[in-house]
Amino acid sequence: MTGPTQATMDLVARRRRADGLFACAGAVLVVLCLGVLVLLVGDLVRDASARLHWSFLTNYPSRKPEQAGILSPFVGTLLVMLVTGCTAIPLGIAAGTYLEEYARKNWLTNIIEINIANLAGVPSIIWGLMALGLFIYGFEKWFGDPGDEVFGLGRSILTAGLTLGLLVLPIVIVATRESIRAIPQGIREASFACGASRLETVRHHVLPYSLPGVLTGCIIAMSRAIGETAPLVTIGALSYVAFLPPVPGSVVKDIDGNVMGHAGLFDWLHSGFTVLPIQMFNWVSRPDTRFQANAAAAGLVLLTVTLLMNGVAIVLRNRMRRNIQW
Amino acid sequence: MKLINVKSVAAGLVLLASGATAWAQAVVKCDGSSTVFPIAEAVAEEFQGANKNVQVTVGMSGTGGGFKKFVRGETDISNASRPIQAKEMEEAAKNGIEYIELPIAFDALTVVVNKGNTFLKEVTTDDLKKMWNSEAQGKVMKWNQVRAEWPDEAITLFGPGSDSGTFEYFTEAACGKKGDSRGDYTASEDDNTLVTGVSRDKHALGYFGYAYFVANQDKLRAVPIVNKAGKAILPGEAAVKDGTYNPLSRPLFIYVNKKSLDKPEVRKFAEFFMTKGAEMAAEVKYVPLPASAYTKDLERLNAKQVGTAFGGHNETGLHIDDLMSRPLSTQVIDKKKEGGAEPSTTPPKKDGK
Repeated sequence: MTGPTQATMDLVARRRRADGLFACAGAVLVVLCLGVLVLLVGDLVRDASARLHWSFLTNYPSRKPEQAGILSPFVGTLLVMLVTGCTAIPLGIAAGTYLEEYARKNWLTNIIEINIANLAGVPSIIWGLMALGLFIYGFEKWFGDPGDEVFGLGRSILTAGLTLGLLVLPIVIVATRESIRAIPQGIREASFACGASRLETVRHHVLPYSLPGVLTGCIIAMSRAIGETAPLVTIGALSYVAFLPPVPGSVVKDIDGNVMGHAGLFDWLHSGFTVLPIQMFNWVSRPDTRFQANAAAAGLVLLTVTLLMNGVAIVLRNRMRRNIQW
Repeated sequence: MKLINVKSVAAGLVLLASGATAWAQAVVKCDGSSTVFPIAEAVAEEFQGANKNVQVTVGMSGTGGGFKKFVRGETDISNASRPIQAKEMEEAAKNGIEYIELPIAFDALTVVVNKGNTFLKEVTTDDLKKMWNSEAQGKVMKWNQVRAEWPDEAITLFGPGSDSGTFEYFTEAACGKKGDSRGDYTASEDDNTLVTGVSRDKHALGYFGYAYFVANQDKLRAVPIVNKAGKAILPGEAAVKDGTYNPLSRPLFIYVNKKSLDKPEVRKFAEFFMTKGAEMAAEVKYVPLPASAYTKDLERLNAKQVGTAFGGHNETGLHIDDLMSRPLSTQVIDKKKEGGAEPSTTPPKKDGK
């Protein structure tokens, strides 16, 4: 046997070079992308540095840039996210599970599938318009007299949370379905063979095994929702709010300080609100350029919250993955 | 009475609302113009500092968006950078909403150029019309096409987008017709973009609210405007107050829902606005009205005098004294029949209690 010919060795060397070139190009692109990100975040930190104090988190917005803080928009963002999470995640997981495990494959489920895929791409402003028509004007028209505010959900945290919940619902559904599909059919068959019902199979096997993937979907969904502004502006998010939604059980007083009663458990859902992206936009468009630092600092807080959310979810996901052994 | 718990139950979304009580939190709801927003925000901040139990919310949906909510009775106070329009008046009448029109400050639309521009000593509304009207599109591209003595240099224009009240007022005051503007200029809803644009181009010209000029005086130069009396006047507090800076200064308003005045928090807030308004407006770099105007406003408020002084139309170059002494009416005035925007002489409706 003779060794490889010169021609083959040349070919291999050429391929290796091409390989190396491609790896370099990839590395350059990664560095470029990360570099831009680092630059952006660095710029944000530099602009924000003057305003990064605890007082920035504990003060209400103000016309004085040095005293302005983000307490109300920060709490607003957290509460709206709470409502969004409480609606989109259970509904999305349930819908995804139903479509994968229960629904018969026929034209109706096909239509539903296509629509869910399409809904994930609908511009967010459309969701805002829908929410305005349904939750605010629609409910009011169907259940009450115009303007009496008894039946419409109003321009409240509840409306905002539900709107964003609907907005990200398709993302959760699609993610749930994808990760359920990744579970081998044999797992289900083994479960059925042991005499488990469909519900038991879903509860003890399908859902737990798909949870890491589902969680990833939920993170993406919440990260998208937290930065949304357009639909919230449409449904009437406020620009200046200097109070917090009522804490359940807290004392409510009238203008003269007379005690009127106590706040109910869910009264905060009906409170007016503002969120961080809207506060940022408000500050960026101010004539006084000192507000720019505030906008940058608010952006940094928003970024941190998103990163924290992602971090927690990733840790949870990895822990769950460890527990799955087939 | 807002039955907040009933609302939840009816919506069928909150099942455990039984713990809620049927009280009404003292809330004052304001919404409307982004131009008026800084003043309203400042007043709201001061007011809440003095009245801890009242919540004041200020939205920024634009003058038109604010009126949409106001005529449905959703808000107590509507901030406006122009008077209420005929359509909005009709809608309000249909819904039984009565409103009190209160001028609160001036905004001076400021024409600005680059600091390096030394040739533009003054500008007349005719010049502005030549630069900005829709016929100029694609034709008037150089400074010497507007006035022969100006240089043979390309003219770059910056201005707000067509949704803005500033755009509406400027086009009406300079070009003679609301919305009559060329489209080939750099438009932005964010005035800071316009500031940056003009500050980077030696031959640029732009217009926006006075507050944005004050904050950027180191980068821009305001151009004196030749007024009706033929004098070139720089925008400034005194010139705006005495009415010599015309026709580019405009009054800003708040509209108070008459029914909302039954709530003590709204009445107190509106009164507070009229007493503190001048100070707050100056603090956020707007030009306050003369003191007499706020006194008149307070009288209007106490007498619950409803209606507008404009009959549902815009008007430019109006002097504040004329505005304050005009009769108020809730009737839309037909411009064509009257041959002008002068409101009819129906006596102001008084509703003293």
